[in-house]
Amino acid sequence: MAVSEAETIIEVRGLRNSFGTQVVHENLDLDVRRGEILGVVGGSGTGKSVLMRSIIGLQLPDEGEITVFGEPMIGRDEEEAKHVRRRWGILFQGGALFSTLTVAENVQVPIREYFPAIDQKLLDEIASYKIVMSGLPAEAGPKYPAELSGGMKKRAGIARALALDPELLFLDEPTAGLDPIGAAAFDQLIKELQKALGLTVFLITHDLDTLYAICDRVAVLADRKVVAVGTIPELLALDHEWIQEYFRGPRGRAAETSVRESAEA
Amino acid sequence: MTGTADFSESVEGDRHVLRFTGPLTLARIGALPDRLENLENGRPMTLDLSGVERMDTVGAWVVHRLTRRNDAEVTGADPHMETLLEQVAAADQPVKVRPDRTPPLYRVLGQIGGATATAGRTMLGLIGFFGALLISCWNVILHPRRFRLNAVTQQFELLGIHSLGIIGLMSFLVGIVIAQQGAVQLRQFGAEVFTVNLIGRSSVKELGILMTAIMVAGRSGSAFAAQIGSMKLAEEVDAMRTIGVSPMEALVIPRVMAAVLMMPMLGFYSALIAIIGGGLFCWIDLDIPPVTFVQRIREVVPMTDLWQMLIKAPVFGLIIAMAGCFQGLQVEGNAEEVGLRTTSAVVQGIFLVIVLDAFFAVFFTSVGWL
Repeated sequence: MAVSEAETIIEVRGLRNSFGTQVVHENLDLDVRRGEILGVVGGSGTGKSVLMRSIIGLQLPDEGEITVFGEPMIGRDEEEAKHVRRRWGILFQGGALFSTLTVAENVQVPIREYFPAIDQKLLDEIASYKIVMSGLPAEAGPKYPAELSGGMKKRAGIARALALDPELLFLDEPTAGLDPIGAAAFDQLIKELQKALGLTVFLITHDLDTLYAICDRVAVLADRKVVAVGTIPELLALDHEWIQEYFRGPRGRAAETSVRESAEA
Repeated sequence: MTGTADFSESVEGDRHVLRFTGPLTLARIGALPDRLENLENGRPMTLDLSGVERMDTVGAWVVHRLTRRNDAEVTGADPHMETLLEQVAAADQPVKVRPDRTPPLYRVLGQIGGATATAGRTMLGLIGFFGALLISCWNVILHPRRFRLNAVTQQFELLGIHSLGIIGLMSFLVGIVIAQQGAVQLRQFGAEVFTVNLIGRSSVKELGILMTAIMVAGRSGSAFAAQIGSMKLAEEVDAMRTIGVSPMEALVIPRVMAAVLMMPMLGFYSALIAIIGGGLFCWIDLDIPPVTFVQRIREVVPMTDLWQMLIKAPVFGLIIAMAGCFQGLQVEGNAEEVGLRTTSAVVQGIFLVIVLDAFFAVFFTSVGWL
């Protein structure tokens, strides 16, 4: 890993998004640093997913600058953007697996798309170890998405997101809809992959346990912008109503206690 | 960042040493895996990674594959590379990548069997659905307050009023086509005047109602299946049941009623417009003035033709609405299913309409309604 490269991987400046008359983001700034897991939280409708979609280019913002890996992303033509797209992987909320392809084929799609010259044997091997790395059982390879449980779909989604060995991983509510055991295991998986592969992770979540367990920093979306970014203790020190309610509410306290207990044990 | 992955070979002592250079990454790996595959497998190997600029999991996998095959040792890996090598080694388990292939003969036989079983089940299901529909109708008759007037009138509007435009346009054009094609053929015998018979009888007896049925199946049968199917997916139908609302009464009866009552009117309307279209053509091309045309129509089209249409129409409506609602209620699992079921609803609706039309034709002929 070249340490000399810019430490800030994603830079969002003055972002404005609106749908009709409803303004979702106004003058939003955000930095994501190399090698961190940044959790993005906010109430429903504060535009967490819209922020992610703006960064990855699925939503054209009204105004603002977005730079990923030091390259401006807005107004780029598709061919140029492809080189940046190759360096990130995305896990959508429901997994967004291609339903007509098996899990292994899903993992191979991005590699085939960008590197058609890779031969089938190596392709199969790559799919195999990515599937195992994502914590899927070995027999999941030939299955179709419809045959998988929600948790397995997300793991298959991770396997596909990791197909091109990205440096940056976007996760949209990875633990939503998972049972607590599955969610904890998924948190662990993200942490392990992040450490092993040196990933930078942009993670949207509602899950306080996830925030406490794996996030290095947390960005809070409220009032149409990022009101605060920092570690959880830093955020707790702030005097912002929503943040206090979020982390000091019954669920927030429960998550905090469980983290402290597991740290002591 | 430029250059591709490469290696050089040398023999040091009793070991075969491979020195890797350049970036060992998916993007830059090029033909390296092939070349390594074809390597002579002699002495124990040493893989020197000190010249490698960068490595990703694909590079690590290629190195790992080599160590596994040739029992090689790895030197010169930096801590990051070592982690990657450990990771891929830990992930090296036999994984099945492709589903089991069945021989083509078995597959074809299986598909034929499956399709037959599905067709049989669907027919049984439709008959059962018809029974359930009759029971619900009876219940509604016993408890008239459960009748949903709003839902029914809304379906009247969607199925009837909103399709007037497209059915009118279609019938008008069909009328012109019959007139034009008929005139061309009949002119050979100097019998152009019988074009009027052709237009009148075919529109009223067959084409008006058949084209309407096909259009309604495509427009409304599919909509029924898609609406009810997505409600089924969103568990709305289950929610209805738990609240005590019968989906049969709330969803199916209004749609079936709308189709049964609207079809005769739409069919009549369609026949009328087709006659107008044909009459226009006769006026322009054959110089038959509208007054004469109407007079001839009244002479040549017997009342039984209209009765035939009006008897067939509600039956066709029933079939189309039932196929749509039945398929919608069969949706389970995912959104893909909604699409499949919608297609089946239209195909089944049109197919059954045409089969029944053939039966009706034979029946009416044998009772003397020529």
